[in-house]
Order: sequence, then structure tokens, then C-alpha cells
Amino acid sequence: MDLNQSMLLLSSWIGQIGGFGLDLLWRFIHLVVSLWYIVSGIIEAVESYAISLGLNKKYSSINIAKLRCLAVVVDIEEARDVTKVIELLQWLRTIGVKQVGLFDSQGLLKKSKDLILGTIPGSMLSEEIAEKDFSPDQNRLALEFISSSDNKEAVMKAANILLQRYLTSSHPENDKGENFFTETHLNEALRVVGENVHAPDLLLVYGPIRSHLGFPAWRLRYTEIVHMGSLKYMRYGSLLKAIHKFTGVHQNYGT
Amino acid sequence: MAELPGQIRRMGGGISQLLEQICGFSRRCLFQVISMGPIPNHLAFIMDGNRRYAKKCGLEDGSGHKAGFSALMLMLQYCYELGIKYVTIYAFSIDNFRRQPEEVQSLMDLMLEKINSLLEKESIVHQYGIRVYFIGNLALLNDQVRVAAEKVMKATAKNSRVVLLICIAYNSTDEIVQAVKKSCINKSDNIKASGNYKHEDADSDVERKDMENQEERIQLVDIEENMQMSVAPNPDILIRSSGEARLSNFLLWQTGNSQLCSPAALWPEIGLRHLVWAILNFQRSHSYLEKRKKQL
Repeated sequence: MDLNQSMLLLSSWIGQIGGFGLDLLWRFIHLVVSLWYIVSGIIEAVESYAISLGLNKKYSSINIAKLRCLAVVVDIEEARDVTKVIELLQWLRTIGVKQVGLFDSQGLLKKSKDLILGTIPGSMLSEEIAEKDFSPDQNRLALEFISSSDNKEAVMKAANILLQRYLTSSHPENDKGENFFTETHLNEALRVVGENVHAPDLLLVYGPIRSHLGFPAWRLRYTEIVHMGSLKYMRYGSLLKAIHKFTGVHQNYGT
Repeated sequence: MAELPGQIRRMGGGISQLLEQICGFSRRCLFQVISMGPIPNHLAFIMDGNRRYAKKCGLEDGSGHKAGFSALMLMLQYCYELGIKYVTIYAFSIDNFRRQPEEVQSLMDLMLEKINSLLEKESIVHQYGIRVYFIGNLALLNDQVRVAAEKVMKATAKNSRVVLLICIAYNSTDEIVQAVKKSCINKSDNIKASGNYKHEDADSDVERKDMENQEERIQLVDIEENMQMSVAPNPDILIRSSGEARLSNFLLWQTGNSQLCSPAALWPEIGLRHLVWAILNFQRSHSYLEKRKKQL
């Protein structure tokens, strides 16, 4: 074996050892991160338990009037457990939330709509409440079921409404569409295709990561997005804490 | 004796250069380790907290934004060193035009100065071969800023190593409306050119109506193609500084599968540790995010 081959072999070995060393360091960093999450999870669980027991006076009263509309985003794997969703809605009802939008990307909760409405006393679909013009009822919980079809597909349908209006109107050849394509027009077209365009004040995400998971983009402008962790291990105290924190938020809407 | 202060200054300068080199070397070693896991392709930033920073440090109005710009340059350097190809920043929202006119003017002046500086030879654009896009309703900007932005886009059009998307006079709902408008006008022009449009009732329910010709309808892909942000893939991570938990009308359409991070630090205080933390969290969630992409 000549010198060049030996050098190549040696540098290959050094490269492999170096790569192995870097990989080990990377795994060690992630081990430390995981330990950090375990410790902070334990602290959070203890705090949540204390809040549930009423030991923390700060959470004993919440200005729930500030939370007009709450949305709950559930990861599709978690959405299969409808009993946990029902439990969550019962907690929200206890806290005094009046309007909840439930979202999962594949519409699993939409399919369980009847079961959910049948199990939670006083719950009704938001659109039914709006149609029948019910007076505000302390015990009524307005529910809305949302999925990905209410996001980009809905905008596409609304766009086709606007296209029809544009085609059927008389406008000059060089018209740039200023009188047909504004946020107000798109908002109205979304209503025509049956979409709720009201923005939730607070979005609670139950899933592995903090992400809105495709909640209708048109409604998310200034919505506070809070990650609650797994629905399977949800805690009443954490829910109270998230809603309480929201009521203390001040927004300047870009000004 | 007269040379002593000069010597001390030179020694101080030498020590700080050495420290800088040690920090740079340590950072590159850290990046080598982190790169053993998946690195995001596209990172987006909401640079929030400049005004609060100026107030906190007792600086005059406008200085917070200058400090924010320095923080931005550092973050861009770290991102490009790590091999992140696309970086998007929320520089100025359409809603920000509602601020006090003096503040808006001072921001426009700062942006004009910084946009022009991108064209200088020693700028970060040339150092990293950055292609720059200005995303937003540029017609709302004053002529000077708009012309400068167009000049930078033209000058960097041939760069392809990394991409910087600067969202200026932007908000997501405006982006969606502009995409819908472009799609509709293009479709209308195509229909008129082919001459086979049948007059339909404008408010008919398009879901039930039997449209004979699919080419008369806008498809989702038409809207997606006309979104200004279609020049980049969707962001993997969106970082908003100052601990606020909302998106403030930024990339709402594109972030359905993005990890959202909200470090408490104000934007001028943002540093390497926040970026590293966001990437480590991305690496922990990577398999879940990939599974979701396949399901969509």
C-alpha cells in the first residue's frame, strides 16, 4: 500500500470517527433538551394541579367577557378520541366560554358533531343560533365545526363567486378590478359560500407542536395562538391559566 | 509614555478580535453538531419589540429600529451559515401605516437607507450570494423606497445560493386578495380570448351549479401560483420575538404546517441561543411535520 492510499484510508477513518463524534454530541444535546422538557412538564403539572384546587388566587376570577370566541385546534390523531373533546368542552362551559370553534384538518370532529351536540347540554350549532336569532342564554354553548375544507378551498369557492360577478358586470377593458376584489368583497363572498368569517380571539392547540395546523387563514389575523400540549393529558388548571393569560394581553394591531 | 494609550487600544482591539474569532469558531463547531439533524429550509421572522427595546434602554425614538436592524444582520448571518436557504422577514405591515406619520416616515427613511446599502459591494447580499425579493403591496410605498426595492430585486435576480424575502407593506389578507384578483383577471382574460363564456347568474351557488367548462372556474392551484410568497416553499419555522403569541396577519396562508416559536426576548435582544433553541425544537418535531406534509 503506497503513501497516498494510506493517507486516504487514514483521512476516511478520521472522517468517520469525526462524524460519529458529532452525531454523539448531537444526541447528547437532544437528551439535555428532552430532560429540560421533562422537568418543565413536571413543574407545569404541579402548577396546573394547584390552580385546579384553587390554591392560586390569581386564577380564581377570570374576565371571561373579553373572550368572545374561542377556537380549539386538535391534531387529527388526538381528534379520534371524542370523549376527551367532550370533556374539554364541558370544562370550557364551566369556565363560562360561550362560543367555541372546533377544528381538525380532516373533519373528524365534524363527523362526530351529533354525538358532541347530544352529549353537551345547552350546546347548539352557531349557525342555528344565528338563524333562529336566539337571545343570549347564560347556559348555551355555541359550537362550530371547522376543517381544512373551510380554509383554502373556501377561498377558492369565494374567488369563483367574485369571478362570476366580474364576468357578468360591465367594466372597461383596462379595468384593474378595484371595485370587485377587495378584502370586503372576499369577506362577503366567503359568507355567501357559507363560511363564518369571524376571527376567534384565542386559539388553543392540542397536539404535539405549536402550529395552527391549517385553521382558516382568513380568520387568524390577530388571534392569540397557545399550545396546550396533548389532548390526552390535558389539564383544567392549564386551560384556566391560558385563558387568564389571554385576558391580560393588550394588542395594538400594528399601530 | 505618550505611546501607551495607543498601545493599550491596539492590545484591546487585538484581544477583542481574538475573542471574536474564538466565538466564530465555537459557533461554527456548534453549527456542525446541529447539522447532524434536519435543518429547516425556510425560516420566517416577525421582528417585534423594537419600540419597547428603545423605551426599555432609554433610547430616542427610532433607535430601537436601528438596533433591530443590527440584530437582523446577525440572524441572517447565522441562518446562512447554518445552510438555511430561505429567510423571510416581516419588515413593515400595511397596518403599520396607521402609526404616527413621523414614525412611519422615519421607518421609511431607515428602510431606504438599508435597502440601498444592500447594493454595496461589502453587504451581506454579496457575501452570501443572496437573491432578494420584496413581497407586499409595493404600490403603497413612496416612490423612492419602491424604486430602490425594485433595483435590489433586479440586481440580485441572478443570485441563487440563498434567498431573502422582505415583507414590506404586506399583510396576509391583502396577499390573498391580490392573488384572488390576479387569478380572476387572468381567467377573465382567457375566457374572453377563447370567446366561449356563457352568461351565468352571478350569485349562484357554485358548488351545486353544473359548470360545463372546468376552464371557466378558478382552481386552488391558480390562487397558489399567484400568491406573492409562491417564490419560496412554506416556512418550516416562524419565530416572533417579544413573546407575543399571534401572527399579526403574517403568512397565515403558508404556515399551516409551520412550527411557531415565541421567544420572550425583544427583537434587538434576539441572539444565537434563540435560533438554536428553535432549530432543536424543529428537529424534535421533524418526523411529525413530515408525516403531516404527506397527509396534506
